[in-house]
Amino acid sequence: MVEARSISPILSVRGLCKSFGAVTASRDVSLELAPGEIHALIGPNGAGKSTLIQQISGALTPDSGSVLLDGQDVTRLDVVQRARAGLARTFQISSLNMDDTVLQNVMLGALGRRGGRLPVFRPVMRDGALLAASAAALGEVGLTEVRAVRTAELSHGQRRQLEVAVALTLQPKVFLMDEPMAGLGVEGSQRLTGFLDGLRRRAPILLVEHDMDAVFALADRISVLVYGHIIATGTPDEIRNDPAVREAYLGEEMLP
Amino acid sequence: MQRETWTNLAILLGLLIVPLWAWVTDEPFTITLATRAVILAIAGVGLNIALGLGGLVSLGHAAFFGIGGYAMGVLASHAQAYSPLLEWPILIEGTKSMPMIWLVAIIAGALLALAIGALSLRTTGAYFIMITLAFGQMLYFFMISWPAYGGEDGLSIYVRNGFPGLNTLDPIQFFAICFTLLVLVLWLFWQVNRSAFGLALGSARQNPDRLRAVGIHPDRTLLVAFTISGAVTGLAGALFADLNRFVSPTMFSWQTSGEIMVFVILGGVGRLMGPVFGAVLFVVLEHVLGGVSEFWHIYLGAILLGVVLFARGGLIGLIAGRAVAHG
Repeated sequence: MVEARSISPILSVRGLCKSFGAVTASRDVSLELAPGEIHALIGPNGAGKSTLIQQISGALTPDSGSVLLDGQDVTRLDVVQRARAGLARTFQISSLNMDDTVLQNVMLGALGRRGGRLPVFRPVMRDGALLAASAAALGEVGLTEVRAVRTAELSHGQRRQLEVAVALTLQPKVFLMDEPMAGLGVEGSQRLTGFLDGLRRRAPILLVEHDMDAVFALADRISVLVYGHIIATGTPDEIRNDPAVREAYLGEEMLP
Repeated sequence: MQRETWTNLAILLGLLIVPLWAWVTDEPFTITLATRAVILAIAGVGLNIALGLGGLVSLGHAAFFGIGGYAMGVLASHAQAYSPLLEWPILIEGTKSMPMIWLVAIIAGALLALAIGALSLRTTGAYFIMITLAFGQMLYFFMISWPAYGGEDGLSIYVRNGFPGLNTLDPIQFFAICFTLLVLVLWLFWQVNRSAFGLALGSARQNPDRLRAVGIHPDRTLLVAFTISGAVTGLAGALFADLNRFVSPTMFSWQTSGEIMVFVILGGVGRLMGPVFGAVLFVVLEHVLGGVSEFWHIYLGAILLGVVLFARGGLIGLIAGRAVAHG
């Protein structure tokens, strides 16, 4: 999807800088996410991926630079406002309501998507519109059968699926996925890879991932973050053959 | 869910049968004890909205209990002295009407909770406990040093306030009023818990980051819950004052906050009938053990310790098993 680059980007990160005391976590980071694409962000441990994700999601405010979502400057908006503006993030460590059922977790997403006041005197589990949206999301990730199970009783893989299902209910403009494959076995990773491959048609995905097989199978473009700075952006082939990238990854993971 | 429903019904039924039996056998003191348990249970249900559903460990709920009590005390004392509260710019007179007093107590409790919550919810964990405690103690010392309404001695109200069509001086009729209000408050808790708001509130308790990520503010959700909680506890305060026909700063003391929290923890945090069970047990122990030894709190402490260590779902959890997530 190289031609996608000429279309105006849905997510645009421009010159982000962030320091914690003497430590520079982000140094002039710029990247774009075009409609229909999966843009992967990779980098060795400690490269500043988490800090960058937090600045894009709104948990951290950058020292300078800006984040644009669908043309709107969201740099000063917090996590809640960015979620409402159409940014759906999934967490590296599953961040779910463990005492609630699987269905209740996706219902919460559908509720957030609807916005407005939260009714106090209407049973939420009988809200037809929310139930329909939730059932659809659960069906897509294949969790329909465990919808009544308490989330704490799910397997790790199922929790990862649920994490994605909640993001689906938000019907976002952008998916921001923080290591969705983390802890999944080979089979689980392959299944999720297939799923994300189709998902990009609905909304583009900024994918932070350690699983290089998944990254190189999915990504239209890859950006490599090293010491808080993007040293290369390009197609998987360009990245694979980039000497600077090879050097940065030497002794770490092997690029396929 | 079945077993908990049966347990809940059994507790509610027991709480109804005992005073009715006492009424038949003409033992008004037992009715008064049951009324006390019911009123304390209402305060507990109020706290349970904040603590059980929202996870807000408030050690300052005496503030709402106390302001409800003083809402009654102030209005009734002006009415019995035939002196208006305020003459200018508008005339506000006292009242001996229970519904009017309840309304004022509920609004006062809600507004106070809104103010305290707005400031306290900036903090979490131990700081939240400390700041709510501090607000409660501030009001306690304020009431002690404010002479207009009795100061440290409190206020006596000579005749219980009235309810249209009922004789509130008759213990069983006053019990009936309080019991009805308890059922209404339990209904409110149940409605809140299963609503969309309750779902968000549960997430604010378990995982605020998750709630933010779907575009809902945890702090605002918690503030609404805290306000509802304060309103309910304010109502209980007004009833408590009417039961004793007496209000004093003790209602504002941190011991009161602690006792309300004991009801909730003893019975089961977040469980519909938890605070009811806890309050009943508290009143029974206070009466039975209080007759044996004036140090009965030692035994209460031992029971509380046992519940916290071995029955995390409180006594309701012990009987009815773990809470079932409805889905």
